[in-house]
Amino acid sequence: MKTFLRTVYVIWLREVKRFYRERSRILGMIGQPLLYLLVMGNGLSATFRLPVPAPGFTYLEFMYPGIIGMSILFTAMFSSISIVWDREFGFLKEVLVAPVPRAAIAAGKALGGSTTAALQGAILLILAPLVGVKLGLWTVFQVLLIMVLLAFAVTSFGTFIAARMESVESFQMVMSFLIMPLFMLSGAFFPLRSAPAWMQGLMRLDPVLYGVDALRNVILADSPARSFAVQYALGYDLAVLAGVAVVMILLGMQAFARAE
Amino acid sequence: MSERVIIDVQGLVRRFGELEAVRGVTFQVREGEIFGFLGPNGAGKTTTIKMLATLLRPTAGTALLNGYDIRTDPDGVRRSIGLVFQDPSLDERLTARENLEFHALLYGVEAGEREARLRRVLAMVELEDRQHHLVKTFSGGMKRRLEIARGLLHYPAVLFLDEPTIGLDPQTRSHIWSYIHQLRRQEGITIFLTTHYMEEAENCDRIAIIDHGQIVALDTPDGLKSLVGGDVITVRTTDQAWAREEIRRLYGREVVEEDDLLRFEVERGEEFIPRLAADFAGRLLSVGLRRPTLDDVFLKLTGRAIRQEEVSATDRMREHHRRRFHR
Ligand SMILES: Nc1ncnc2c1ncn2[C@@H]1O[C@H](COP(=O)(O)OP(=O)(O)OP(=O)(O)O)[C@@H](O)[C@H]1O
Ligand SMILES: [Mg+2]
Repeated sequence: MKTFLRTVYVIWLREVKRFYRERSRILGMIGQPLLYLLVMGNGLSATFRLPVPAPGFTYLEFMYPGIIGMSILFTAMFSSISIVWDREFGFLKEVLVAPVPRAAIAAGKALGGSTTAALQGAILLILAPLVGVKLGLWTVFQVLLIMVLLAFAVTSFGTFIAARMESVESFQMVMSFLIMPLFMLSGAFFPLRSAPAWMQGLMRLDPVLYGVDALRNVILADSPARSFAVQYALGYDLAVLAGVAVVMILLGMQAFARAE
Repeated sequence: MSERVIIDVQGLVRRFGELEAVRGVTFQVREGEIFGFLGPNGAGKTTTIKMLATLLRPTAGTALLNGYDIRTDPDGVRRSIGLVFQDPSLDERLTARENLEFHALLYGVEAGEREARLRRVLAMVELEDRQHHLVKTFSGGMKRRLEIARGLLHYPAVLFLDEPTIGLDPQTRSHIWSYIHQLRRQEGITIFLTTHYMEEAENCDRIAIIDHGQIVALDTPDGLKSLVGGDVITVRTTDQAWAREEIRRLYGREVVEEDDLLRFEVERGEEFIPRLAADFAGRLLSVGLRRPTLDDVFLKLTGRAIRQEEVSATDRMREHHRRRFHR
């Protein structure tokens, strides 16, 4: 057990160290979501009329938690590319030959990726005043927890995929293929209840939906449009997310344990 | 060197699809020994090491390492070994020191001892003044030295070195060798290395010559050289084809043609040369005499030389590999 935790810590530490060393990545981390929020948010809100019975509630406010969820999805998914890079650079061998449980390596990678992804989400909280959302300290705390949970679920999934990928190119292919539907069906841009019935079925299968919904639950807690924007109870969202996270990390750990 | 067998390999086989890379090797390594695998490209050296290090599963056969079965007790094996890979395996975006710290933490080196060991290995490979630099700014040789330092950091019972000094300059090479010897003396570490540098193999207590996945000979360097009968004579004449026949006829020796030289073995070479000069008077362009090397042993056993071009081809490949990934 001690070895397990120590391994998780070392792997996590390396991910975080490498992350803060890459300035371009940190810049992109702030720039990309800002772009989405300003361009898409403004562009869409001009054309997209929400059927909200709450005057003053803007589309931007609705989309803001969705943007947070989206950037966590993107960062978390692609953070597991570090596993494939490690394999290509040969560093993975150094880790795999060490007398440590392989499962701990997977867990460390997933935690490292979720840390950076959650960090990205956290930076987006600074934009809250820009979209007219007020956040109290307690809300911020809750939001952070949800972000970590969502990021962990997604990164664990990425770890599971990356464990069997031989090249960066094929990993990127698979990831882009997976990310789009996860993103489109997450309810970031339109609420679940306003989608056509066939699509609702698909959306319910998307774990990111529950992350975005949980964020809306907390961020829009006092908004007059809450009943429109939020789909499920917070507890339900969190339970689904936690369930997905557990299944995914177990799959990821198992995939790693079997790697030759 | 103790009598205890620390690596006991029994009929190890590894197939990759159709290809049988390792075809049933059996040998023992004693504790504290420097044991070498000598063989040309593709002989199966790395594949054997990977199986012993639990990175590849054997197709058949097994081995006990430090008492642990490589198939059923990989954790025990991994706790007992250090491994310097043939291909690069550093994190280029961390500093030299960070790479070592990562390794020390991963192997659970006690916090109190970590710093002293780090300093010691850094001093050994003479990288103290570069320890805070990112590895991606290092030269190929510096990276190699760092990898060797890392493999020693946790004082393994067995240290595997897969082509440890490839691409290094002679000073660094001999420096690393003197450290390997010192390590064996002080810590009693067993060293298992692969190489296709003949001079390097001379450093080993015993050498297994491996070719096409099989061990063709296993002995001390001197024992192996005694397989070659006496001294090696090389000659160049005005008519090589004719001379080749004459040597066979006059002295009853097997002659091998190598580049533009004829080579064969005789006992007491010094006394043989005057006779040769008399027999071939007027047609002899040059004569060479030397003690047998492991190269001659390999040639004798397999009918082929471990050629210098092969060595440099691997060096080039390694460099190519580095360049491709080190943007
Ligand atoms: N993962 C693999 N898949 C398929 N074939 C492999 C694999 N690894 C090694 N081989 C093959 O097995 C044979 C032995 O390779 P190995 O790397 O053990 O040789 P080596 O003795 O280390 O050679 P070198 O001196 O070039 O490092 C080669 O023919 C190689 O192509
Ligand atoms: Mg090799």
